[in-house]
Amino acid sequence: MKIDVKYVAELARIELTEEEMAVFQPQLENIVKYVDKISEVDVEGVKPMMHGKEIVNAFREDVVRPSLDKELALGNAPKRVGDEFLLPKIVEGAES
Amino acid sequence: MQLFELGIKQSQVGLAKGEFSSVDLTQSIIDRYHAKNAEIGAYLTFDEEQALELAKANPKAVPIAIKDLINVTGQPCTCASKILKGYVSPYDATVIKNLKANGFIPAGRVNMDEFAMGSSTENSGLGVTRNPYDLTRVPGGSSGGSAAAVGGDLCIAALGTDTGGSIRQPASFCNCVGVKPSYGRVSRFGVTAFASSLDQVGPMTKSVEDAAILLKALAGHDEMDGTTPKIEVPDYEKAIEGASMKGVKLGLAKEYLETAGMDGEVKRIMDAAIAKCEAAGAELVEVSLPHTEYAMAVYYIIAPAEASANLARFDGVRYGHRSEAAKDVFSLYTKSRSEGFGAEVKRRIIMGTYVLSSGYYDAYYGKAQKVRTLIKRDFDEAFAKCDALITPCAPTPAFKFGANQDPLTMYLNDLYTIPSALAGVCASAVPAGFTSDTKLPVGVQFICGGFEEEKLLKISKAFEDIAK
Repeated sequence: MKIDVKYVAELARIELTEEEMAVFQPQLENIVKYVDKISEVDVEGVKPMMHGKEIVNAFREDVVRPSLDKELALGNAPKRVGDEFLLPKIVEGAES
Repeated sequence: MQLFELGIKQSQVGLAKGEFSSVDLTQSIIDRYHAKNAEIGAYLTFDEEQALELAKANPKAVPIAIKDLINVTGQPCTCASKILKGYVSPYDATVIKNLKANGFIPAGRVNMDEFAMGSSTENSGLGVTRNPYDLTRVPGGSSGGSAAAVGGDLCIAALGTDTGGSIRQPASFCNCVGVKPSYGRVSRFGVTAFASSLDQVGPMTKSVEDAAILLKALAGHDEMDGTTPKIEVPDYEKAIEGASMKGVKLGLAKEYLETAGMDGEVKRIMDAAIAKCEAAGAELVEVSLPHTEYAMAVYYIIAPAEASANLARFDGVRYGHRSEAAKDVFSLYTKSRSEGFGAEVKRRIIMGTYVLSSGYYDAYYGKAQKVRTLIKRDFDEAFAKCDALITPCAPTPAFKFGANQDPLTMYLNDLYTIPSALAGVCASAVPAGFTSDTKLPVGVQFICGGFEEEKLLKISKAFEDIAK
């Protein structure tokens, strides 16, 4: 099975160097080949298991509660201006 | 005996009698940290000031080492990743609140494989942890720092997390007791997510009694984690009183005990452990879990898939590393992530993205979830015939640094711990002996049904008593 590693990495917003590509390509193909083992299992009529413990509807009261303090929430920001996260320009042609 | 050598129960007894204070105990750990951590590397950071302040404010509290992916207010929480270097937690995880409310304080941040992805702690982006029983060998992983701290007496006890074996395999490598609780028994709120349908926090301790005490403090319903059912937490400490092997039905599964690749010494220790259980009155029952051979494949689809979604939050926007080279939104994401994540994390994110991508979802992720149901069913059927399974924790004792260069070979370390993680049941690692030539510790694993921690701890305690 040939995987387009560069394309999948791009989907995951990861940029690989040439060296990483050379190492990852055979490794990932090997892993995929291994997990392909599940194709031989007959799962006709079997329901998927989504979680470690099946719980239906975990409700709680919908009440207003204090949230994280603004300073704390912004405390780990790589860059900030006032009460906002500062980011590079993301809309083409807009003022940054 | 020095204070840092104590376990939880011994500490609690000494504190209650007024033989020493929490400050004495914490200071002893700090002194031990200064003497030993350069060699063992169990801790990434240790905020001595905060630990001593907490000890002063809680004079009967026992300090606990915390795996570096659990949030403690004012402390780093790096997940051993460069992408979270410098991050300071703004809140306490529920398990930390529970610790504080039950006579414990967090003290020190221990190393791990980056984002808990690995079985040797060699994937840590921030430091090397060595096995206290042989410094040329790994401590196991991903909770390798926790295990090395417990095994090397650098702490009283530690918190680890287990997604596919990350508590049990390092516990086996470093001569500790480790408990992976049933999925949902312990809150995951404030614990950095790796694979959300599998992750559980659990105790890593010097005795089964300590594991029972610590699990009792950690467990319970949390309204911040919708996967924790409102099932009462039994008094685990009380449950293990007078534990005995008499009449315990122990399941022996050929899928675990007759596997190629099991080290000869592990096999010898395993056989001796089974014989000791039988001699102590356990009834041995043959069981079969026929889908075990597919568990690794299912895990290496489901865990990376969930990880690829969970780790999407590391985008350089609100916290964590932001690349200096970020010029627009695409490069902000790609450069920050590519510079911040280590090789194994990138590999798993790519693997997870692949199995979730259009055209492959049904064949991989969808199918894996169905096979997971069959694996769970195997356990249900086995537990209809026995109280617990007894299996190895890992195919080998602690291995040398660099011994498993190929990722797939490294993955096979979790052969015995992954199926129970997928099934969501509970399991323990209990020290069983040492290899005769290399003198390395080897643990055995007990597996019980979902929310059967009382039974699991009783059997583990009974084994601990006869294994000594």
